[in-house]
Amino acid sequence: MPWKRKHLIDVDDWEREDFELLLEQTSNMDSILDRSIKKAPALRGKIVVNIFYEPSTRTRTSFEIAGKLLSADVINWTASGSSAAKGESLRDTIWTLEAMGADAVVIRHGEVGVPYYLAEKLKKASVINGGDGTHAHPTQALLDLYTAWRELGSLDGKKVAIVGDILHSRVARSDIYAFKAVGAEVCLSGPSTLMPTDINSLNATYEPNIAEAIDGADVVYMLRIQRERQDAGLFPSLDEYHKRYGLTDKLLGKAKKGALVMHPGPINRGVEIASSVADGPQSFILKQVRAGVAVRMALLYLMLGGVKE
Amino acid sequence: MTKKILMVAEEMDRTISRIAYEVAEHLKGLDDVVIVGVQRRGVSLAKRLQKSFRDMDGVEVPMGELDITLYRDDLTLLQDQPLVRSTSVPVNITGKRILLVDDVIFTGRTVRAALDALMDLGRPSLVQLAVLVDRNNRELPIHPDYVGLKISTDKSDVVEVRVKEWDGDDQVILWEDGGER
Repeated sequence: MPWKRKHLIDVDDWEREDFELLLEQTSNMDSILDRSIKKAPALRGKIVVNIFYEPSTRTRTSFEIAGKLLSADVINWTASGSSAAKGESLRDTIWTLEAMGADAVVIRHGEVGVPYYLAEKLKKASVINGGDGTHAHPTQALLDLYTAWRELGSLDGKKVAIVGDILHSRVARSDIYAFKAVGAEVCLSGPSTLMPTDINSLNATYEPNIAEAIDGADVVYMLRIQRERQDAGLFPSLDEYHKRYGLTDKLLGKAKKGALVMHPGPINRGVEIASSVADGPQSFILKQVRAGVAVRMALLYLMLGGVKE
Repeated sequence: MTKKILMVAEEMDRTISRIAYEVAEHLKGLDDVVIVGVQRRGVSLAKRLQKSFRDMDGVEVPMGELDITLYRDDLTLLQDQPLVRSTSVPVNITGKRILLVDDVIFTGRTVRAALDALMDLGRPSLVQLAVLVDRNNRELPIHPDYVGLKISTDKSDVVEVRVKEWDGDDQVILWEDGGER
């Protein structure tokens, strides 16, 4: 199946075969990371611009490494040090990108829909959503999917428990879609104040009791708790949250033997996850980071290799 | 459109055996030799060469698979870019004698890419090239060391090497006049 997508705004319009193609391509990119010379010339002469209006060392660096391993020239714009801080409008930024001859633009923005707007306006460049507001974080979902797929093989009938702040999580939304598309069951858990009101439309079950939610799970996916949610009164205290929803070794015992513990990072030790679990043998958190590079290599290759109509 | 059968299954078998003998003779034995097939049909032929060496000398020559997609020099010219396949060479190739295997040599650009890909895996002491069909029309100064069949073709012709593993049968077909099939 040939790759025809010019942009990646979200994965909610992807079919199962799109995910399968990307998983296979990622697997082949992953093997490059084991070589002593981790570089291939496929994207030589291509320009990738990372524009991050929100801080994210992990995602930005991952895109930067991915582009560089495929020999693209990668330029980083961060909002604090860029013309955005001087008041340049998004429209002016687009003209600048066009004039510079960018082939791909990776954008993270606090507002929902900015990547879509960019994709509409940019004539030449491919746009990759590096996270927009609470809407979507497609590359995180793809690296999560790859990490689980690589370890478990087929995800048909596998149980994935996603625990934490679903309401504000763009990761959760994209993950639910990706895991469901390849045949997994998704169960959400967390305080009801952190659940979206349209939970039924997410196509996942909700189990307020975390022990029940992770019972027999193949993957336990813990979301990061943002401290400002406590200030907003959505849960009483971080300690209280840890007692009710923090993943401890004892709680993890409820999941399937050898279940994968995943987290999008950065982790709050002692809040959503105990240190012993985060550093334990079932933790796949660092494997997710590595998978992030391979997934982004596969995406950049598929989106920039060859001429697109 | 004219279809000419250049080789049938038995001829392919015989040709591969003959190349195996030539390699063993020319390299004065198979010590430190690693066979590397270029994805995809080169891999099928490499496996057969490996079997020929086994039948001939009882030697198990290590074999790997090389994907050259990321090393092509024409990616930006293609409407549909090729998908990346796996590269797996099970031994460290530094200091080894590499027998690179592909089905057809045409412009020489695939071999150039294969050499680049190979050098990123290590530094072999020697690389030689074996192809089933040399159809001429080179665009780069690259030539095979072992050739099954050498023919002159027009640039618009298509040489199709069919292998059981991928195509269901073994044969080599020349499609003349634009290669319409």
